[in-house]
Amino acid sequence: MWKFLGKRLLQMAVTLILFQAATYFLIDAQPGDIADIMTMDPNIPPAERQRLRAELGLDRPPLERFITYLGNFYTGNLGVSFQEYPTPVLQIIKERLPRTLVLFVSASLVSFWAGFVTGKVLAWRRGGFIEYTSTIAGVTLYTVFTPWFALMMIWLFAVQLDWLPTGKFLDPVEWIGAPVTSNQIFIRMILTATVVLAVVFLGLWLSNKMPRKQRVLIRLASFLLPVGGAILFWQLSGVGQYVWDIASHLILPVMTVTLIAYGGTMLLMRTSMLETLREDYILTARAKGLPDKVVRDKHAARNALLPVWTGLVFSIGGSISGGIITETIFSWPGIGLALLNAALVADIPLAMGAFTIIGMMTLLSHLVADIGYAFLDPRIRVH
Amino acid sequence: MTTHTKIVPVPLWRVRLSLLLKSIRSGWAMFAENPVGLVGLGVIIFFGLFALAHPILMSTVWDPRVYDPVMGYDMEIAFHPAEPSARHLLGTDPLGRDILSQLMYSTRYEFVLGILSAVVTVVIATTIGAVSAYYGGLVDTLLMRFVDLVIMVPFLPILIVMSSLTRVGMFELALVIGVLSGFGGTAIVVKSQALTVKVKPFIEAARIAGGGDFHIIFKHMLPNLLPIALLYMMFVVTGAIFSEAVLSFFGLTTIEMSWGLMINITQTQGYLMRFDTWHLLVPASLAITLLCAAFYLVGRALDEVVNPRLRRR
Repeated sequence: MWKFLGKRLLQMAVTLILFQAATYFLIDAQPGDIADIMTMDPNIPPAERQRLRAELGLDRPPLERFITYLGNFYTGNLGVSFQEYPTPVLQIIKERLPRTLVLFVSASLVSFWAGFVTGKVLAWRRGGFIEYTSTIAGVTLYTVFTPWFALMMIWLFAVQLDWLPTGKFLDPVEWIGAPVTSNQIFIRMILTATVVLAVVFLGLWLSNKMPRKQRVLIRLASFLLPVGGAILFWQLSGVGQYVWDIASHLILPVMTVTLIAYGGTMLLMRTSMLETLREDYILTARAKGLPDKVVRDKHAARNALLPVWTGLVFSIGGSISGGIITETIFSWPGIGLALLNAALVADIPLAMGAFTIIGMMTLLSHLVADIGYAFLDPRIRVH
Repeated sequence: MTTHTKIVPVPLWRVRLSLLLKSIRSGWAMFAENPVGLVGLGVIIFFGLFALAHPILMSTVWDPRVYDPVMGYDMEIAFHPAEPSARHLLGTDPLGRDILSQLMYSTRYEFVLGILSAVVTVVIATTIGAVSAYYGGLVDTLLMRFVDLVIMVPFLPILIVMSSLTRVGMFELALVIGVLSGFGGTAIVVKSQALTVKVKPFIEAARIAGGGDFHIIFKHMLPNLLPIALLYMMFVVTGAIFSEAVLSFFGLTTIEMSWGLMINITQTQGYLMRFDTWHLLVPASLAITLLCAAFYLVGRALDEVVNPRLRRR
C-alpha cells in the first residue's frame, strides 16, 4: 500500500511538472516578450531594452528561467495578477478555491451515489418503457450542451418559478454593513456541513449493527439531530441571514453540475450491471434461492461497481470542465471563472496559477479514486 | 462428377470483399435491432442532408446579400434580432443575419471537425496500442506511462489556456483534440484488444512466413483493431463537437461561424439571459446537443455489436 502510494505520488509530481513545463514553454515560444511591449516606443535606445531584459531575467536561457519559476512556485510565490495589478495570485486562489471545491466535491459525491443506485435498479428491470426513457434521459444529460443546460436551469428555477437567485456568490445588497466577510462565513459553512455529514454517516454505520427494529429510530435520529442542530446553531449565531444568502446561491450551480455528472454515471452503472448479471455466480446465487434484493445489492451491484469506479477516474476531467462552464454561466467566482477571465485578457500569471491548481485538483482526485479502487477490489490490495 | 474438375482460383480481393460484406451484414442486423442506435443514425443523416442543403439553397432560393451566414444583412427589417417569420424561419440574429442559414452553414464544419479529430485519434491510438502490445517491455512501459499522464490532464482547461495564447482555428482544434484523446483513454482500450490479437495463431503464422515487425503490426494486427477503434471514434466525435462549441461560446476560437459562436454572439450582444428571444439560443444549442447525442447513441449501439456480453440474447 505504502509502496503504491509512494509510486503514485512520484508519478503525480512528474505529471505536474511536465504539465507546467509544457505550458511555460508554450507561452515562451510566443514571439516577443514583456520587454518588447514595455519599450514599444522607437525613441528608447536598444541598450535600454537590453538593460530591462537583464533586469527582468529575460536574457537568461529558458530552462534556467523555468527552474526559477518552479522554485518560486513551490515556495508559494505565484507572482502578481496583471488584471488586478498588485494582488498576488496566491491570494486570489486562496479566496476562490473553497468555492470551487464545494461545487466539485458535493456534485461528485451526490451524482456518483445517485447514479449507482438508479443504474443498479434500471439494469435489473431491463426492457420496456423505463429502459428507453432512462437511456434517453441519461444520454441527454450526458451530451447536453452544458451552457444551455445551465441557462435552462436558470430559466426554470430563477425566472419562471422565481425560487432561487439567477447567479453570483451572494446578494451584495444584503451584505451592506455585514459584521463578517463572506469567506469567513463560507469556510464555517463548509465545516458545519462536514460535521453534519460525518454524524449522519456514523449513524447509518451504527444502525446497520443494531437489531432491525431499532434501525429506523437510530437512522431518523442521526439525520434529524445534526441537521436540526446546525440550523439552530446558525439561527442563534446572529449571521443566519448571510448563511442563507450564500446557501441559496449555492443550490442551483450544485444541482446543475450534479445532474450533468449524474447522466454518465447512471449509464455506466447500468451497462456494467448488465454485464455482471450474465455472470455464472449470479445464476448460482439465484439458484440457491436468495431473495432478488440480496442478489441485486450484494452479489451483482458490488461487482458492477468496479468498472464504474474506473469510469469515475476518467470522468473527473469531465466534471472539472463541467464545473468551469457552470461557474461561467452562474458567475460563480471560483477557480474556473478566474482561469477563463485571465485567459481572455492574457493575464498569464493568474491563468498559469489557476491552471496549475485545477491540474493539482485533478491529480489529487485521481489519487483518491485509485485508493478507493484498492479498497473496493481485494485482488488489487493483495498484490 | 468427373475427376477433371478445373479449380478456378478466386482472387484474394474478392474473398476479402465477400467476407467484409458478410460481416457488415451481420453487424448491421445486430445494430438494427437496437432502436436507440437507429435513432442516432437517423439524426446524423438528417444533419448530413441539412449541411448539403445549404449550398443548394444559397444558389437557388436565398439571396446571398440577405442570407449569407457571415456577411448577410436584411435591410427590409427595421429591428434585429427579428422574430421567426416566413422570410426568416428561425428569425435573425442581433447583427441581422439569418439564423437558419447560419445553422445550416455551420453543420458542415461540425462534421469536418468531428471526423478529422476522430481520424487523428484512431490513427494515434491504434498505432500506440498495437506497437505497445506487440513489443511489450520497455516500449510498452514508456508509452503506457505517457498515456497515464495524458489521461490525468483536464481537457477543457488545457484548451482554454492554449487558445488564449495562440490563434486556434477549426483545424488546430481538431488536431489538438484528436491528439489528446488519441494518447488518452482510447489507446488503453485499443491496447487491451491488441493483446488478445497478438496471441492469435495467424500472427504466429505470419512471423513464421517471414513477416517483419512492421508488416505484422500494420497488415495483420491493425485490421483486427479497427472495429473497436471505430467504436471509440464515435465518442471522440461527441467530445470534439462539444469542446469546439464550448470554446467558441467562450469566444476563444478564430472560427468565423459555428454553433458555439452563434451562442457567443447572443451572449456578447446581451441576449443570453433574455429568455423572450429564444430563437437566438435554442436552435444552436439544440443542434449541438442532438448531434453529440446522435454520435454517442451510435457508439453505444456499436458497443453492443462489438461487445457480446451486452447483448440481449
